[in-house]
Amino acid sequence: MPNIPSIRIETRTRASRRAAIFWALLLLIGFILPVFAGRGLVQEMFAILTMLALAQCWNLLAGYAGLVSVGQQAFVGIGAYAMFAGVILWGWDPVPAILLGGVAAAILAIPTAFFAFRLQGAYFAIGTWVIAEVVRLSMAQWKTLGGGTGTSLPREATADMMFVPQIAALLGVRDAAARDVLAYWLALALATGTILGVYALLRSRQGLALAAVRDNRVAARSVGVDAERMNWFVFVTAAAITGLCGGLIYMQTARISPDAAFALLDWTGFIIFIVVIGGIGTIEGPILGVIVFFVLQRMLADYGSWYSLLLGLIGIAVMLYAPRGLWGLIHDRTGVDLFPIRRRLVFNDTKDTDD
Amino acid sequence: MIWVDTIVQGVLLGGLYALFAAGLSLVFGIMRLVNLAHGDLIILAAYLILVCVTVLGLHPLLAVLIAAPVMFAVGWGLQRFVLTRTLGDDILPPLLVTFGLSIVIQNALLEGFSADSQRIPLGSVETASVALGPISVGVIPLLTFASAIVVILALNHLFYRTALGRAFRAVSDDATTAQLMGIRPASIFAMATGIAMVVVTIAAIYLGVRANFDPTIGPARLIYAFEAVIIGGLGSFWGTLAGGIIIGVAQTLGGAINPEWQILSGHLAFLLVLLVRPRGLFPRAFD
Repeated sequence: MPNIPSIRIETRTRASRRAAIFWALLLLIGFILPVFAGRGLVQEMFAILTMLALAQCWNLLAGYAGLVSVGQQAFVGIGAYAMFAGVILWGWDPVPAILLGGVAAAILAIPTAFFAFRLQGAYFAIGTWVIAEVVRLSMAQWKTLGGGTGTSLPREATADMMFVPQIAALLGVRDAAARDVLAYWLALALATGTILGVYALLRSRQGLALAAVRDNRVAARSVGVDAERMNWFVFVTAAAITGLCGGLIYMQTARISPDAAFALLDWTGFIIFIVVIGGIGTIEGPILGVIVFFVLQRMLADYGSWYSLLLGLIGIAVMLYAPRGLWGLIHDRTGVDLFPIRRRLVFNDTKDTDD
Repeated sequence: MIWVDTIVQGVLLGGLYALFAAGLSLVFGIMRLVNLAHGDLIILAAYLILVCVTVLGLHPLLAVLIAAPVMFAVGWGLQRFVLTRTLGDDILPPLLVTFGLSIVIQNALLEGFSADSQRIPLGSVETASVALGPISVGVIPLLTFASAIVVILALNHLFYRTALGRAFRAVSDDATTAQLMGIRPASIFAMATGIAMVVVTIAAIYLGVRANFDPTIGPARLIYAFEAVIIGGLGSFWGTLAGGIIIGVAQTLGGAINPEWQILSGHLAFLLVLLVRPRGLFPRAFD
C-alpha cells in the first residue's frame, strides 16, 4: 500500500509571523501616540487612518469582488448625515451617533445594490456614481440639516461629548485636543478592525469563494459558489464601514455640507489612487498607498493643484506600467506576504519550510 | 402653454446633452471604453476655443476650425499611446487611467486659467430669439439642437456608409477577426477617439457660449453625457439623442416645479429608464 503522507493547509509563513509582531508593536505605538505627539500629528494621523479604512473598503469591492464603484461618497455622506441627524434631531451623543452612520449606509446599500447589480462593468460604475449624486441632491433638500449650505454640530453636543472629560484629565489637555484624541483612537480602532475583518474574510471559506469568482466567474459557479450572494455581502459590509468612516470624519470636523460630504474626489477619487498606487487586490497595498499619498501631500503642500495633477499622473503611470502597484513590485522582488492568504499544502512529516 | 414651453426648452437642452454624449457614444460603442475624462476634454476644448478668440482675436466659429484639428490630434495621440494599452476584459484599467486623466486636465486648467469662470463671447446672437408659434425660442439653443442632429447624421453616415465605419463596426463586433481581415484595431481606435474629439469641440463651443464654465465643471457634464448614452443604448446614435432629450426634458420639468429639483429629476429619469431597460432603449450592440 502506498504511503500517503498526511497533509494540512497552512497560510502562515515565518515572515508573516514576524510581521504580526511588527503590526502589534505598531498598533501599540499608535495607541500611545497621543501621549507624546502634538495635536497636529494626531489630526494628521486621524486623516491617514480614516483614508486607510476607506481604501480597504474600496479595495475589497474593486480588488476582490470586482465591483468597481465610483459612488462610495454616497456612503460617506449618508453616514455623516445620519450622525448629524442623530445629534441634532434626536439629541444623541456624537460618539454613539457614529453607529447610526454605519446603519444608515448599510440600509442605503440595499436599494443601491438591488439597482446597481443589474448593471455590468462600466454601467455599474456610472450607476453607482449617479446614485451618489441623487443622494447628495436629496440631502441638500433636508432643510433641518442645513440644506445646500450645510450646518455645524451644536456647541452643547461637542462640549459634553462622551469620554472627552476622561481623556482630557488622563492626558492633561484641553477639551478640544481631547476630542481630537478621541476621534483618533476611534479611527485607529476602525482602521485596525477593518483590516483584521478583511483579512479574516479573505482567509475564510467566503474569501476563497470571492477569489474564485474574481478569477473565473463561470468556473466558480460550476463548483457551487453563489457569486451574487457574495457580492451582496461584500457591498453592504463595505458600505456600512464606509458609513462609519463618514460619521467619524464629520464628528471630528463638526461641520457638514452636501458638497463636502458627498465629494467624488475626496471620498472616491483619492481612495482609488491610494489603492491603485499601493497595489489593488492586496491588503498591504492600501496601507502602502495611504503612506505614499500623505508623504506626497506633505511634500507638495505648497504647490496647490500641482499636487492633484502629479497624483493623477502617478496613478496613470502605475496603472500602465505596474498595474499591481507598489506592493506588487515589492512582492515580486521579495516574495514577502505580510497578510498571507494563499493556502499552501504542508506535509506533516516534513519540516515547515518558508517560501 | 407654459408646459409646452418647458418641454420645448427641455428638448433643446437635450440637444446640448446629445452633443456632449455623441463623442462618448462613438468611443464607448466601438471599444467599450469608459472615458471618465470626456467631460474634462470638453472643458479643455472650450478653453482652447477661448484662447483662439481672446489671444488671436478670431471669431468663435473660426476658432472652432482651429481647435477641432488640434483636439483631433489630442484624441488620436491619447488613444494611440495611452488608452489602447488599457483595453481588455478588465474594466478597471481604462476607468482608472481616464479618471487620472480627468484629474490631470482639471488641475492643469486650474493652473493655466485659474478658477475664474469664463464665457465665449458671441455678440448679440447670444440673447436673440425667434417666435415659434406661441412660444419663443433662443437662437443658440435652436442652433445647438440643429448641430446635434447634423453631428448624429454625420456620425451615422460615417458609421454605416463608409469604409472607416465598416472597420469601426468590425472591430467593435470582434477585434480579433477584424485583424485577420487586415484591419489594425490600434489605428482604428485612434481614428475613433480623434473623431470623438472633433465632436467634443463642437459641443465645447455651445457649452462656452450658453453658460459660464470653469475648470471643475467637467465631471457634471460627463454624467449627463453618460446618462444619455446609456439611456439610448450601446452603439445607437439616435438613441443617444433620445437619451439626451429625456434627460433635458426631465431636468426642465423638474426645474419648473422646483428649481432645486432640476438636476435631481434628470438623474431620477435615468435611474427609472435603467430600472425598466437595463441595456437602454435602443441597444445596437450586445455586451
